[in-house]
Amino acid sequence: MRKLMTVAALGGLVAASALAGCGDGGGGSGDSLTLGFSQVGAESGWRTANTKSIQESAKQAGIDLKFSDAQGKQENQIKAIRSFITQRVDVIAFSPVVESGWETVLKEAKDADIPVILTDRAIDSPDKSLYKTFIGSDFVLEGKKAGEWLVKEYEGQDDPVNIAELQGTPGAAPANDRKAGFADVIKAEPKFKVIASQTGDFTRTGGKQVMETFLKAHPDIDVLYAHNDDMGLGAIEAIEAAGKKPGTDIKIITVDAVHDGMQALADGKINYIVECSPLLGPQLMDLAKKVNAGEEVPQRVLTEETTFTQDQAQEALPDRKY
Amino acid sequence: MSVWRHRLFWPVLVLAALLASNLFFAPRFFAVRLQDGHLYGSLVDIARNGAPLILVALGMTLVIATGGIDLSVGSVMAISGALACVLISDLGDQNSVGGVLAAIAAALLLSLLAGVWNGLLVAVAGIQPIIATLILMVAGRGIAQLITSGQIINVRSGPYRVIGGGYALALPVSVLIAAAAVALAVVLTRRTALGLLIESVGDSPTASRLAGIQARTLMLMVYVFAAVCAGVAGLIYSSNVASADSNAAGNLIELDAILAVVIGGTALAGGRFSLAGSVLGAVIIQTLNVTCVSIGIPVETTLLFKAIVVIILCLMQSATFRAVVTGRFRRPPPASPSPAAAPAPRTEIPA
Repeated sequence: MRKLMTVAALGGLVAASALAGCGDGGGGSGDSLTLGFSQVGAESGWRTANTKSIQESAKQAGIDLKFSDAQGKQENQIKAIRSFITQRVDVIAFSPVVESGWETVLKEAKDADIPVILTDRAIDSPDKSLYKTFIGSDFVLEGKKAGEWLVKEYEGQDDPVNIAELQGTPGAAPANDRKAGFADVIKAEPKFKVIASQTGDFTRTGGKQVMETFLKAHPDIDVLYAHNDDMGLGAIEAIEAAGKKPGTDIKIITVDAVHDGMQALADGKINYIVECSPLLGPQLMDLAKKVNAGEEVPQRVLTEETTFTQDQAQEALPDRKY
Repeated sequence: MSVWRHRLFWPVLVLAALLASNLFFAPRFFAVRLQDGHLYGSLVDIARNGAPLILVALGMTLVIATGGIDLSVGSVMAISGALACVLISDLGDQNSVGGVLAAIAAALLLSLLAGVWNGLLVAVAGIQPIIATLILMVAGRGIAQLITSGQIINVRSGPYRVIGGGYALALPVSVLIAAAAVALAVVLTRRTALGLLIESVGDSPTASRLAGIQARTLMLMVYVFAAVCAGVAGLIYSSNVASADSNAAGNLIELDAILAVVIGGTALAGGRFSLAGSVLGAVIIQTLNVTCVSIGIPVETTLLFKAIVVIILCLMQSATFRAVVTGRFRRPPPASPSPAAAPAPRTEIPA
């Protein structure tokens, strides 16, 4: 048994090193631009769509993409970036697994004169020269868009509007920023009152359980604002179980626009979704070309994102990629 | 023996206090009405959403009674829900009862195998339980992600929804499942010698073996039981939202389950155990979760609030702590006239 396990472990090691060796011998010496990209992992539908967008747009733009999946681990990502440096790619892009601990490896990239682009998530470093630009969503803006729709929806009414909020994981940037942006917009009008706000941990079960309790403690909820689609979908089940109609009795605003959320929006169970788009591939390729050519790019680039009403969702749903 | 010396007195008191505080902040908390032919209300929610934790705590109690611990229960929940949902989503007709039952059977079989794996590592290979089950705790979540390809799997299956979201005789099916499991465990351990044997293994495996008890088989069995309980809990969890999320399902539930077992008065060192206590512990934890939302504790302080309640409960359960506190307020006994109590006169030594 022990022998068998040793053999299996060795086999795994050999396979891993063979995989790590893949893609060697490329290099950025040819005419086409070489982009090394290190992805976080494949933890959600959102992430998978993000990967697909980057791979497809690289092909379209004629960019030679070296793709590496970090499986949610920073050490894998650091290894991938080091291997991109040894392979002398033209541009490195990555979506950081965590915020801190990047100085050393990014310094190595800088010394090797390879520009770095951050996608989707920021890093926590005082040295802004370590990367050229950061492309991703603005979570505060997403919260503001949600608030603006609400203000417009209740324009001209003076009755108080009771809002319940399902927050994301405490401390996560999307949760903090989506809450702040939303609060910033609705505070202008005193009729909007957030009467209950709790975390649903970005999960469906969390959204459902918290909403069940909200409904019993506050029977007069008019609007639900959920920081992502999944919590909103869980809350819809709780609202239906309480004998109320989601989308009519309680208006629902969510953020993300993943497929299930869009379906619920098209079905009239959600009223408004603010998109947090994973499809930043084309913009990323554009930026990669620019930094490679030595052109100036802004430090912060926003993903092109939109919002969806119920009618727009019905239209957009057949072509949705995720 | 006075009532407050009963080991479940303090947990019951804390549960009552939690429920009463809800009444203060949300007056309709205890209202239970019929909605679409089934019971509806906060108390029903606590029972329904607490069912997975009750099941996991039930299995954990027996494992802890043998002096072991099972950290892998959360991962087993994720595996079971993942397999069931993937199999059902592959069905041609997701509403076919036969197909759903087959998927559930497969998920429970896989959970059982996970339990056999844990049991073999602990009972046969002799690995420390905390390490042995840590393996599956880490690897199990990977297995669940492998089954679902890292995605959230959605199902639209009427029969599958019944487990976690359905009602029978106006009561939630998940509560009935948990109640049946508790009843089965109580009958098996308290109406037969099994409970005594488990406690003896927990006290001393060697002495039990020398007395003719098959300690290995018993240990293997409790890990299998814990894993199957976790498997059922995983089905309830995923059925409740009709989707399998291998990252979130059962995340950190092992800690809640251990807490429930400890609140219930089972010693972590093994030996004496209380199934009723563990169920009570699980209900307290779920009530605490609901209370935080119901009385509107801010998100930032929720964890602190829970910690304070748990610390108070543990302190009240400690006989030593109670003695210190009550000793302070108790009047000192009347001074005795006995000369022995008087300080002995010191002998002066001339300089």
